[in-house]
Amino acid sequence: MMSANLSLLAADDSNATLSAFGHDAVWIILIKVVGVFVFLVVMTLFSIVFERKVVGRMQNRIGPNRTGPWGVLQSLADGVKLAFKEEIIPVLADKPVYWIAPVVSAVPAFLAFSVMPFGPVVSIFGHHTALQLTDLPVGVLVIFACSSLGVYGIVLSGWASGSTYPLLGALRSAAQMISYEVAMGLSMVAVFLYAETMSTSGIVNYQRHLWNVLPLCVSFGVYCIAMVGETNRAPFDLPEAESELVGGFHTEYSSMKFALFFLAEYINMVTVSALATTLFLGGWRAPIPLSLWHGANAGWWPLLWFTAKVVLFIFTFVWLRGTLPRLRYDQFMHFGWKVLIPINLIWILAITTVKVLGDRGTNRVVVGACVLVPVLAIILIYTIFDVRRQKNIEAELQAEDEAEAALGTTFPIPPMDLVVPASPRLVSVGVSVPALATSATPPSGGPPSTTEEGRSDG
Amino acid sequence: MSSLLAVNTILAAGDPTHVANGEEIAFWILGPVSLLGAIGTVVARNAVHSALSLVATMMSLGLFYLIEQGPFLGLVQIIVYTGAIMILFLFVLMLVGRDSSDSLVETLRGQRAAALLAGLAFALLLSITVGRAFIGRAPVNLATPNANGNNVNRIADKLFTDYLFAFELTSALLIVAAVGAMVLAHIERDGPRPTQKMLARERIRSGRPQPLPGPGVLSSGNAIGTPALLPDGSIAPESLIGGTTIEVGAVSSTPELDR
Repeated sequence: MMSANLSLLAADDSNATLSAFGHDAVWIILIKVVGVFVFLVVMTLFSIVFERKVVGRMQNRIGPNRTGPWGVLQSLADGVKLAFKEEIIPVLADKPVYWIAPVVSAVPAFLAFSVMPFGPVVSIFGHHTALQLTDLPVGVLVIFACSSLGVYGIVLSGWASGSTYPLLGALRSAAQMISYEVAMGLSMVAVFLYAETMSTSGIVNYQRHLWNVLPLCVSFGVYCIAMVGETNRAPFDLPEAESELVGGFHTEYSSMKFALFFLAEYINMVTVSALATTLFLGGWRAPIPLSLWHGANAGWWPLLWFTAKVVLFIFTFVWLRGTLPRLRYDQFMHFGWKVLIPINLIWILAITTVKVLGDRGTNRVVVGACVLVPVLAIILIYTIFDVRRQKNIEAELQAEDEAEAALGTTFPIPPMDLVVPASPRLVSVGVSVPALATSATPPSGGPPSTTEEGRSDG
Repeated sequence: MSSLLAVNTILAAGDPTHVANGEEIAFWILGPVSLLGAIGTVVARNAVHSALSLVATMMSLGLFYLIEQGPFLGLVQIIVYTGAIMILFLFVLMLVGRDSSDSLVETLRGQRAAALLAGLAFALLLSITVGRAFIGRAPVNLATPNANGNNVNRIADKLFTDYLFAFELTSALLIVAAVGAMVLAHIERDGPRPTQKMLARERIRSGRPQPLPGPGVLSSGNAIGTPALLPDGSIAPESLIGGTTIEVGAVSSTPELDR
């Protein structure tokens, strides 16, 4: 078996193919399992601090900076604190289900990483083995199955808490994750069609010359949107919308059980990022300027490229959270079902046509023209119609606005000549304050601080 | 995963009559789990517990398929049945409410005994039929069709050649069901759907843009100038802002108005 591996290694740029898996010694498997576990836990600790730091910078704050050098140990301290907190279980909770829910949420999150390719064949204590726990002919489906099982944790926790807000959060998340799983699965289909395999190592192999993100740009875009919905992150964080549902599904959880939910959420983030890397960004392969160096795709270096790409995705997650407000629920579902899924279906049709005709030997330029021209035409016609519709709507709204203005002032607008009486506090102190008009231009000459106050109150 | 690996190594040895160690261990773990899940589905009083037992059974079945060299089938079983269909079941059960439970009054006399008997008879029939079908046949493993990770391709080949008609028929059935559900749930709208701006404008025009006061608050508004009402509906004088007077009867005081 070792000779087979070596011949593979020689033939194919140290790539592991499917047949290379399943022959490791038990101790190597154990090392890999522990390695994956440690990677995920460290990534979680890192992501939390990273997120708080980055969001802090985006909001002109410093972020955590007290625990450890530059605050890097903050999430470790938080984790230890969570573990030692008092556990509160609601009286109305359904005990067994309440207990199972965080476990069901955390276990699939770890499990999904068992088929993730971290790197090519490397040498561990003299044994040649791929930097990947295992692989199946349907490897990507394993990750997909794990993410669909993770929904149970959320749904069950919401139900078992015996409280209204968690239940609402759980209902939202069940509908949301199922809807966005469809879009996510469809964008994977294009990759399967192109790479002609569902095994993760095979998909990375396929991207030897060209990363999937270029030919399959539409799928990549849809996947990136769907993965934010799938991980319940802002702007799609409706299941745990703080302003509406307190904490959503985990409102009634505390201590270690809450920590498990927290862990699962961040691991899921890492998992979808790693899957996006594997499917579209060449997996562990080095990006272009680095890949000119022959050694970049061999040995342990790819682990670094892989991690860097994952961190890039996590940064995007944080960026989105720092930038975008939360969507309204119906708009969110509308977007998933009526925009993402139809785009994906049309795209898969186009991709299949190009692929089949290309395989039959038709000229690639002709094929591209035959497929892309109708697709572009459809998009153009739709855009023209949409622009016209938007214009109509705008004209209607403007007419309505004019009709509205003709009716005079309405409830929340104070009259233009409103005179606010001087504050009794200031009057008793003896400061002479000119009466402030709440019109757009406050009278000049008043003390600037008072003017500021009047503005901020108005 | 290690059981899978063990299965692979044994299969590589190529002895079809021998059951692999890992497979045996997996069977003795998953078999009882799936059985307990099936019993729990019937016995559990709470609808959600019942659904969860069914999930356990389905997942064990999915793992069985995985071990029996059907990785695609196994994972599809997990994704489709446990990941999508059972979640929708749970969704409905959660909407129904957690306190609702089945009435335990038997409307049909002796139905439990009859159901038990019928179930046992069916199990007997099934095990005899299936058992007889396998007697004297050497089991064949799927190593050859599965070679080089072609499990999915083989299934696709079969599905789109030999079983194309059945496949199309099933998909037609599913589409009919989906269209039927849409027809049943369809609501004809009177006019165009109001936009967010229209709704906001309507709310401002209504004269009461603020949210209604919470239940139990005895006032008809929540502005600071609105006086509090005593339980009999009269105005509490202490709540009046200095200098304001309100004519008697100016404020409608019925709490019903607030809801």
